[in-house]
Amino acid sequence: MAVLVIAEHDNSNLKSSTLNTITAAKKLSDDIHLFILGSNIDELVNKSKDIHLLSKVIKCDNEKLKNFLPELSAPLISNLAENYSHILAPASTFGKNLLPRVSALLDITQISDIIDIVSNDTFVRPIYAGNAISQVQTNQKINLLTIRPTSFEKSEDSGGNASIEEIPFVDTDLKTIFINREVSKSDRPELGNARIVVSGGRGLENSDNFKLLYELADKLNAAVGASRAAVDSGYIGNEYQVGQTGKMVAPELYIAVGISGAIQHLAGMKESKVIVAINKDLEAPIFNVADYGLSSDLFQAIPEIIKELDLLNQIES
Amino acid sequence: MKVLVAVKRVVDYKVQIRVKSDNSGVETQNVKMSVNPPDENAIEEAVKLKEQGIASETIAVSIGDEKSQDVLRTSMAMGIDKSILVKTQNTLEPLAVAKTLMKLIEKEKPDLVLMGKQAIDDDSNQTGQILSALLKWPQGCFISNLKIEGNKVSISREIDEGIENLETSLPAVLTCDLRLNTPRFASLPNIMKAKKKPLDIIDIDSLGIDTTPRIKTLKVIEPPKRKAGVMVSDVKELVKKLKYEAKVI
Repeated sequence: MAVLVIAEHDNSNLKSSTLNTITAAKKLSDDIHLFILGSNIDELVNKSKDIHLLSKVIKCDNEKLKNFLPELSAPLISNLAENYSHILAPASTFGKNLLPRVSALLDITQISDIIDIVSNDTFVRPIYAGNAISQVQTNQKINLLTIRPTSFEKSEDSGGNASIEEIPFVDTDLKTIFINREVSKSDRPELGNARIVVSGGRGLENSDNFKLLYELADKLNAAVGASRAAVDSGYIGNEYQVGQTGKMVAPELYIAVGISGAIQHLAGMKESKVIVAINKDLEAPIFNVADYGLSSDLFQAIPEIIKELDLLNQIES
Repeated sequence: MKVLVAVKRVVDYKVQIRVKSDNSGVETQNVKMSVNPPDENAIEEAVKLKEQGIASETIAVSIGDEKSQDVLRTSMAMGIDKSILVKTQNTLEPLAVAKTLMKLIEKEKPDLVLMGKQAIDDDSNQTGQILSALLKWPQGCFISNLKIEGNKVSISREIDEGIENLETSLPAVLTCDLRLNTPRFASLPNIMKAKKKPLDIIDIDSLGIDTTPRIKTLKVIEPPKRKAGVMVSDVKELVKKLKYEAKVI
């Protein structure tokens, strides 16, 4: 049977989380359909049909779908559900906001935040902030799954030639009005998707000192992250938070600066390939998960690292 | 306006949990239990609405065994007026939790339902969204700001890209982010007072809903441990190792 992936996008481009979710879908079926709900999405649909693993792109294009209000999207998804064995969405705030509503409409229990697919009915997911791993099985007629993007590679976004199907928009009576989205603009890579992440904690002491971190991030072409302590202290916006209640990241290199390493923070980053911890406090739990630890004052260490990186670049060029 | 808050009893967030040796789950016996942290934000917000004269009554609801009374007492010590425990020995899936809450909502007729955005034990992040869909009430998830004027509800939601602002109306279901407020500590006099506040206990069987689990847990295991790393002596060594050993820069 075919598998349906719900696309996360901004009406112009797919978010990379969609490509991760398509890779997860490949473990379930060779017949993968992508459902794009949005406004003015012709170009997006045309690009998406090139995705290597897709056999069909289904679109629903309506002005009202512009801001992804889940009350409007969920019924459109549940109307298609009977054709599919599995419906997948990324376990991002987009997918978390949306898929449980489909669960309610179909009376099917959703399985959240899947990190591995064992078989068509058996899935692996972290519980207790990743301090335990649960393997679950279900025999419901449709499987509703949110997929942790960092646990699956991105699928190729070219080389395919999927068919396109359009379905009509069906309106839902809704009192909610979208006002706006406050998105912080940055030239740095997206946090959930960056090859290198440089994260700061309370050790940075104030928002001004985060500039030091930005400088290091820019040297490494890295995304910037933060611990909840730093976010709550107002040093940096919440969209940078890494952890159980923030973002899950799994970059090739994660540099934790002035972060003590509460379990809630570790939950968000311990799947990173290489972890570096820089902290004055030798007892900080972050050192227990770090591949390389440096016990040092970050205000000395970071400028030194920047200098060393400059030297390396000079040698190479 | 009446506010209903859903509260879950979970292993305290500071406890390092242990996986049971038979891999059937996580040890919850003889472990410190507390109110699920984002549910505390929901309680705090409800109490604030009462203090501001916007809410006339606040009710806390928990679903669980006898012991879940303690999180309801905590809720009332923080300022909630009364509470209801729906008693069950079973662990309910989010869909069943939402159906249970719906039954109570039909009876209690609140105008606003608040709860945490996720429980820190199973990390599902589903119940509020399901409840909103079942009730056909507007949904506001992961909120970090709330303003209610008459029937109008203005919220800010924490999303991956930043913040989303929405306007909706009562009745509504809202799930709370940790950033919504700072939950108060219950003072000793308020803890004493909470002992006298009403706490009804009803049996889940009396609600007539099907709470049979749809998902079977095959096993629960410890996450793979990271192998021990090394301490480097200085920045030069660190950069060298990242460049030539780990090859990540």
